[in-house]
Amino acid sequence: MSGAALKIHDQLMRRIHAHGVETYPHECCGALFGRDGEDSREVLDLLPLANRRDDSPRNRFEVTPDDVRLAEKTASEKRIELIGWYHSHPDAPARPSEYDREHAWPWYSYIIVSVQKGEPRDTTSWRLHDDRAAYDPEAIEITARSAGI
Amino acid sequence: MAVKVIIPTPLRAYADKQASVEVQAKTVAEALLALTSKHTELKKHLYSDDGRLRSFVNVYVNDEDIRYLQKDQTSVREGDTISIVPSIAGGASDGLRD
Repeated sequence: MSGAALKIHDQLMRRIHAHGVETYPHECCGALFGRDGEDSREVLDLLPLANRRDDSPRNRFEVTPDDVRLAEKTASEKRIELIGWYHSHPDAPARPSEYDREHAWPWYSYIIVSVQKGEPRDTTSWRLHDDRAAYDPEAIEITARSAGI
Repeated sequence: MAVKVIIPTPLRAYADKQASVEVQAKTVAEALLALTSKHTELKKHLYSDDGRLRSFVNVYVNDEDIRYLQKDQTSVREGDTISIVPSIAGGASDGLRD
């Protein structure tokens, strides 16, 4: 488990779950905005995005560079940081696959929600090792009140 | 020619926490070589083992994707800005499913 927990407000987590249910049986995806400190990282807002993988949307997602630039611009306008990404695994565990690892970037938090038969189940967060060899699980701390933006 | 290379947030830790690095180059390939020679830890995140840019690493000169220009042989001029922009991908399992 990597250092500090990823804090996220209960309402934001519910929005991620709702997005996973909405797109089921396809994968959903979106950007996580927030603040990254030495001892803490907190999600303060989301940007749901379209899954651009038309050929295999049940078990793949893609955010194009144009959408990444949109997310970066949105974060800049909100004066917060783009700290990670979320996606769903329809009818699959909330664990990163080998395909996830091969395509991951360091530093970002990757939230994965498992959506089983249309219902959100386990939710996990992960961060890639510096050497790209594996992920570390990142604890999620659901908060009732966030610092706000 | 001096060009500025914008480093995306997830890679700044491997570039002395800088948001941008200035390098001397005439092409994108030269600029990226100069960048990764200066900050060697960036190499494994930008290039795969066969030495090609990873498929989810996108490079723009000013606002143009180099895929639609001359790829890494795209020329750069004094004052140009090269941006490294991630694309984000993943998914539940191996093998494609409709």
